[in-house]
This record gives sequence, C-alpha cells and structure tokens, in this order.
Amino acid sequence: MTDQVYLSAETAGITDTVWVETKSWSARVPRWVSMTVLMALFLLGWQTLSVSGLVSPLILPTLSDTLADLEFVGRSLVSGSYMLTAFWVTASEVLVGFAIAVAVGVSLGVLVGETTFGERAVMPYIVAIDTMPKIAFAPLFVSWLGFGIGSKVALAAFISVFPIVVGTAAGLHAASANERMLFQSIRASRLQTLVMLKIPSGLPQFFTGLKIASISVVGGAVAGELLGGGKGFGELIRAAAAQLDTPRVFSLIIYLSLLGVLMFGLVSWMQYKFVFWDRSSTTRSTPQ
Amino acid sequence: MSALAKLVSAGESPRSVYEITGVSRFFNDGKVVALDGVSLTLPKGEFHSVIGSSGCGKTTLLKIMAGLLPPSTGSVLLGGTPVLGPRDDIGMMFQQATLLPWRTTVENILLPIAVRHGQKAAQAERPRAEQLLQLVGLAGFENAYPSELSGGMAQRAAICRMLISDPEVLLLDEPFSALDEITRDFMNLELQRVCMEREASAFLITHSISEAVLLSDVVHVMSARPGRVVQSVRINLPRPRTLEMLSLPEFGACATSIRNLLDKGAFL
Repeated sequence: MTDQVYLSAETAGITDTVWVETKSWSARVPRWVSMTVLMALFLLGWQTLSVSGLVSPLILPTLSDTLADLEFVGRSLVSGSYMLTAFWVTASEVLVGFAIAVAVGVSLGVLVGETTFGERAVMPYIVAIDTMPKIAFAPLFVSWLGFGIGSKVALAAFISVFPIVVGTAAGLHAASANERMLFQSIRASRLQTLVMLKIPSGLPQFFTGLKIASISVVGGAVAGELLGGGKGFGELIRAAAAQLDTPRVFSLIIYLSLLGVLMFGLVSWMQYKFVFWDRSSTTRSTPQ
Repeated sequence: MSALAKLVSAGESPRSVYEITGVSRFFNDGKVVALDGVSLTLPKGEFHSVIGSSGCGKTTLLKIMAGLLPPSTGSVLLGGTPVLGPRDDIGMMFQQATLLPWRTTVENILLPIAVRHGQKAAQAERPRAEQLLQLVGLAGFENAYPSELSGGMAQRAAICRMLISDPEVLLLDEPFSALDEITRDFMNLELQRVCMEREASAFLITHSISEAVLLSDVVHVMSARPGRVVQSVRINLPRPRTLEMLSLPEFGACATSIRNLLDKGAFL
C-alpha cells in the first residue's frame, strides 16, 4: 500500500462527502406551470370576490360576465362590425403615430447625439419638454387638429418620440474610446465613422428606446381618443364606461392590449434580427 | 538569420523611420506636463519599447507619434515627413483587440481598406487577409464573429488588421497586457516572428520589464511627472529571442538595470 499514489476516500478511512444542493420547489417547477397557477389563483379570487356580494357588479363584474363579453366582442371583431372599424381607426393612429415618432425621433436623436450644437443647445430643451405631463397637451392638439384622427396621431407621436430621441442619442455615444481611436487612426471620415461604427454600436440602445415607444404610442392614441372623442377603441371604452357596462370596458381593454403586444413583439423581433451580435436585452421586456 | 538580426549584429546605423525631437505635451493650459522634451529615433527594422509606470505619459507619446494628438512643442518626423495627423503608413494596435462585433474576422481585418479605398477594394484584398490569418494561425476563422474568438485569437486578428495596409511602422500600445501570462508570452514570440518576417519597425508601449527586454533592440525608460526618457538601454541579445533567454545572466542584467532606472525615476 505504500507505493499507492491515489488513495480513494474509502481506503483513507474517510467517507465520501457527496451532498445534494437544495433547490427551492418553485425553481424546479417549469415556468408555464407557475404562470398558470398564478393566473388560476387570480381568476379564482376574482370570481369569489364578485359572487360574494361584497363588491357591486358595477365596480367589479363577475368573471363569467366578463368572459361572455370577451367572447361577444371577439365575435363582432371577427365578423367585421363597427367594433372592427373602431379597432382599425385606433390601429392606424398607432401605426401613423409610431412612424412619425420614429422619423422625428431618429432625426432629433442624430442631431443631439452627433453634433455639438445639438448636444449643448437642443438637448436641454428636449429634456425640459420630456418632463412635462405630455397628456395635458391633448386639448391643444384637438383645438389645432380637430376631433378627427389627426389629433390622436399627434398625441401618440408626441408621447412616444422622446424615448426614441434619447435611445438614438445615447446609442450614438455607445462606441468605446478605443473604437473611436481605431477609426481615427485609419482616417475614417465623420460619415464613415457614423455609418460604420456609431450607428451599429448604438442599435441596442436605439431598440431599447423603440421598445418603450412602441408601448407608449398605444397609450397616447387611446388617451387622445378618451379626451378628444373620435371613432376609435378609446371612444368605445368611454361610451361603455358611461353606460356602466364594466364587463365591456374590461374586454375592450384586453383587446386593446393586443395592439401593444403586437407593436412590442414587432420591435423585439426586428431587434433580434438586426442586432444579432448582442442579444442580451432582446428577451427582456423594456430593459432599464 | 533574418536581415534584421544581421543589421543589428553588423552594427550599421540603418535609416531612421521615426525622428522625435523635443516633444512636449501639456494638458489643462500647461498646468499638467504629460511629456517633457522627449527625443528619440527609431531606425528602420528595429524594435523599440517604452517602459514606465502608469501615468508617465507613454500613451500620450504613442498618440503623438500616431498623429492622434498634436504635440505642444517639438517635432515628429516619420520617413522624413512631419506627422500632422493619422497616416496610412502607421499600423496601430491597442490594449483591447477592438474588433467590431457585427463584422466577421476577415471583414474586421479588411476594415482599414474598406474605410480608405471602399468596399470593392476591400473585397479585392480578401485573399491577402486570408494569408495574414494563416500567418498568425487563424486560418479557418475567416467567417467567425469576434464573440466566437478567445482573447488571444482576437488580438491575432487585430495584428492582421494592423498589417493589412502594409504599414512602415507598428505602434503597439500594451497589446497583450489584457491576456493571461501564458498566452502573452506566446503572443510576444508570435509578434517577434511577424516583425522579423516583414523586417518591420515597431514601437511598443509596455509596463512589463521582461516583455520589453525580450522583444526590444532598445528600451526607453521613462519617468513620470513630467514624462521624460531617463535612459535608452540597448539590449544585445541575439535574434530570434526565445523564452529560454529569460534565464540568461545577460537578460537578468538588462532587466535589473531597467528596474533600477525605473525605481530612480519613480522617486525623483
């Protein structure tokens, strides 16, 4: 035994110290199970509270009433009634508003992020306007652009333009000092540095701004409709709330949220596609 | 024996690439003297190092040599013409590989060509980029993205990017200091091989004494605040240098004299 180099724990008179790491119960369960359980608990609590008689059905409709209405609204959306028309009105406000916000936001973002004048003179004003409660501009937009789609598009674009400006400007500053020095040393022009270095390295931050904007643009359009009338989904919500049809309000909001999910999903997919080298923030929702 | 080694052993004085005379650089309206009257010459085909503690102005000196920063006083001549901005005959390497993550390895190497002569010229130079990748042992990684390369592999790609435009002189700013020691030794020998093969003139910034002695024909020792060249030490070890030379008494003597100069500089 003297020439044996490798002693097993047993021959050395020691028992193996193998031990099991404890893992919490919730960490072992698949994610979808936890999510389903939470949703079921929520729905159960809702139904219990609404049938108990403690809360008026005007405030909290029963789960079954809401589900029935959800089905009704779903059917009329598919069959193409006035609800579908209203949905398209809101959807087009969202899309046009988002397009304007991207165009204006990217232009302002490049001005602020790329030029010294923009950074020193323009940026302070953008920050100042951003701190204002932008929704309070709704009556102004109505008086400027009327009760039609224009005032809603304007409010949606106005609310969602700021994250795009900030994301673009921050993105253009994202390139490291070494990368800038590299481009300087190979005598890259300002335009080359912008196109070949600053824009690609700024895309992750640009998309972060775009994702925040894609959600707030829906809020902006609906806020415009609630405050300025029109023919969109917001008007349907306002009308249902005025008639104390709470289940209808609930189901309209749920269908409206599809629009936000769609916008967010579209932007996330574009980020996944275009920023293939940095997918750290793609799976997260609105990273901070 | 390469031409470089012959030149050194024959003791000829080859044509100088860099001539730096009385270069000073002040910051904050002259309150901070980063460099104070630095003069040195880099003859063609030689490998020189600048060594000094951090903050002694060695990176400032390199930036001035590269034309990335103007000197406050003094003159910098490269190949007889004054350096008034970045030039195509200078190849640079930084502490980080600085590869663009959205470009493949070969596209990163061709970046200087694409910027200077356009995408078409870069495409035409692709075979040469592949040759360079072979030279540094990265054949087969042409279409890999930088995220798929290790730190040492990324720095090899950076060597290729520096060499693609056939520069007259290589300026190296602590190129391997972010790598682990085992990889660093290996990369230093690779660098020597590449330099000897191309008879390149090189100027290395480092804070490793053994790295400086191992690679250099001349080591310029700098002191801090204000940044000055205290002394230039010639290393008379034969080429090619090997890691075994680290244990030679001559190597130790050179390292000790440089260490003494650094200590003196630090407390002056």
